[in-house]
Amino acid sequence: MPGALLPILHALQDEFGYVDKAAVPLIADALNLSHAEVHGVISFYHDFRHTPPGRHVLKMCRAEACQSMGCESTIRHVQDRLGVKLGETTEDRSFTVEPVYCLGNCALSPAVMLDGKLYGRVSSEVADFLIDSAQRHG
Amino acid sequence: MSAKVYIPRDAAALSVGADAVAKAFAAQIASRHLDATIVRNGSRGMFWLEPLVEVETPRGRVAYGSVSADAVAGLLDAGLLEGKPHALCLGLTEEIPFLKNQERLTFARCGITDPLSLSDYMSHGGYRGLEKALGMTPQAIVEQVANSGLRGRGGAGFPTGIKWRTVLNTAADQKYIVCNADEGDSGTYADRMIMEGDPFVLIEGMTIAGLAVGATSGFIYLRSEYPHAFRQLQRAIRIAYDKGYLGANVAGSGKRFDLDVRMGAGAYICGEETSLLESLEGKRGQIRFKPPLPAIKGLFGQPTVVNNVISLATVPIILDKGAQHYRDFGMGKSRGTLTIQLAGNIKHGGLVEKAFGLTLREAIYDFGGGTASGRALRAVQVGGPLGAYFPKSLLDTPLDYEAFAERKGMLGHGGIVVFDDTVDLAHQARFAMEFCAVESCGKCTPCRVGSTRGVEVIDKIIANQDRAQNLELLGGLCEVLTDGSLCALGGLIPFPVQSAIRHFPEDFDKPAPPPPTNGARKSQESQSWR
Repeated sequence: MPGALLPILHALQDEFGYVDKAAVPLIADALNLSHAEVHGVISFYHDFRHTPPGRHVLKMCRAEACQSMGCESTIRHVQDRLGVKLGETTEDRSFTVEPVYCLGNCALSPAVMLDGKLYGRVSSEVADFLIDSAQRHG
Repeated sequence: MSAKVYIPRDAAALSVGADAVAKAFAAQIASRHLDATIVRNGSRGMFWLEPLVEVETPRGRVAYGSVSADAVAGLLDAGLLEGKPHALCLGLTEEIPFLKNQERLTFARCGITDPLSLSDYMSHGGYRGLEKALGMTPQAIVEQVANSGLRGRGGAGFPTGIKWRTVLNTAADQKYIVCNADEGDSGTYADRMIMEGDPFVLIEGMTIAGLAVGATSGFIYLRSEYPHAFRQLQRAIRIAYDKGYLGANVAGSGKRFDLDVRMGAGAYICGEETSLLESLEGKRGQIRFKPPLPAIKGLFGQPTVVNNVISLATVPIILDKGAQHYRDFGMGKSRGTLTIQLAGNIKHGGLVEKAFGLTLREAIYDFGGGTASGRALRAVQVGGPLGAYFPKSLLDTPLDYEAFAERKGMLGHGGIVVFDDTVDLAHQARFAMEFCAVESCGKCTPCRVGSTRGVEVIDKIIANQDRAQNLELLGGLCEVLTDGSLCALGGLIPFPVQSAIRHFPEDFDKPAPPPPTNGARKSQESQSWR
């Protein structure tokens, strides 16, 4: 398959939640690339993580449409509640909260994505509800 | 006859509970032994009414919205299956003014058909464009597209026919069709809607493009923020292969066209066509120097058509109805229809497909109903994060590529983000620079370094440190970015910054905010998250 590197990295991250350093030489070998080239690609893209995420991943949109509907206040609320900043994982490893720039749900802002599922009109109350139900399910 | 209930499976509809509504309907239909089937359609694009449930009646489809799972039993009691009145009943779907006053060409089927039913697609005019194209020479197909006046809907507005002609006239053993589905602009979702709501139209458009330029292979480069669209495209592509509309013998013509969908990895810059090609090749998404143009040396060094989703999804109707039919819509050099996406602080957010020439005011008030908050509108950003902020005084600007350019703005992909009077334009200008710093590919210095310096300078302006000098410095920096950046990211980021300063100078002339009481807020804002 031509241009196989991104699909391989996605497959690894889908399976393990992140791309482990140990995978770099294996991929490099299989695709006849240098370790630096593979590392360069992993580090270029925002999606690829170098460390395992929490059990739940909450991506919060902070692009313009969501800003116009008050996403900054929802984000502050979630950060305060979970005690993390965007890009961090809670100490109990239950949540990783990440910033995202547009989820394509701009008529129903603010938008978030929790474990791959999209949600719209996410006020602080809705965010609390989503976090509570995720915690209930472990 | 079995009643048909339509419940969208569009990601936006799902984001406000469409799956729960569908589940409730299924349970009620089973427990009441009703003769009814559920069709999971795309969205009609009236997002404030989602989940929008429709039922087929002899008068036409009747709509109910917004429906929650709790309301389902009551709706069935009231006679939803016969289209009877209820507090949530909106009457005939086609008569809802938001929809009735549109001119849907590209989105003709979206929300009407079952997106994954090829027979539904065909019975609503699908694959007629391909059928015509199969009877034409490549030159004739390209001329048809050129004559339609279709311009790239991704934002740049470059004539699609000219791009195709270049690829057609460049000899090579292998050529490619690449669909740019990296819809990263905030305020836009038209690509996502059509890929989820009518994926075959994109597949048909790409197949026609392949026939036109002699390309046998295509890729859809889709952003990873759209996992739902990814699954939908994969399913549609599989169906098209199974039914002989993709592969070695497209529709029995003996011509080959293969199609694959590839996922991006969260880089805004990959919406720039050369970065997209690098990314498809499995590299860092850094932009390439132009020339050579992708049409001559594109994917894997071969001649490549790179078009936006909406451009390609518009090709079937142009081939079906003819260039003249499409050309008859629009104004000046902007022909055909524009898919306007009403977003942000807007009462009736949704997709409006309409001939070019509607004014911003008409779009925001006649279709959008004003702000969602009910407060006064203060600013509008059109064209995504690289688009200008317009004040109220520019609301009579027609939605047309040239009219926007004349006012130092950009129509872009047609997204309109509305802000009410709580917006602070100095904050928005800072965000624009910050976004550029986060998303810069790092290849050229003005963008890589300039964006970070831009954030710092705006911070000083906000903090009222040597404000006059720093505003002048920012002006100079914007000039360097405009003139010295390699691509549109660095080149256009001065648009939102300078328009904010030009139209909203009072926001850059406020007393400095008090220093933060605890370090938390500040470190959050100045931290580089990625």
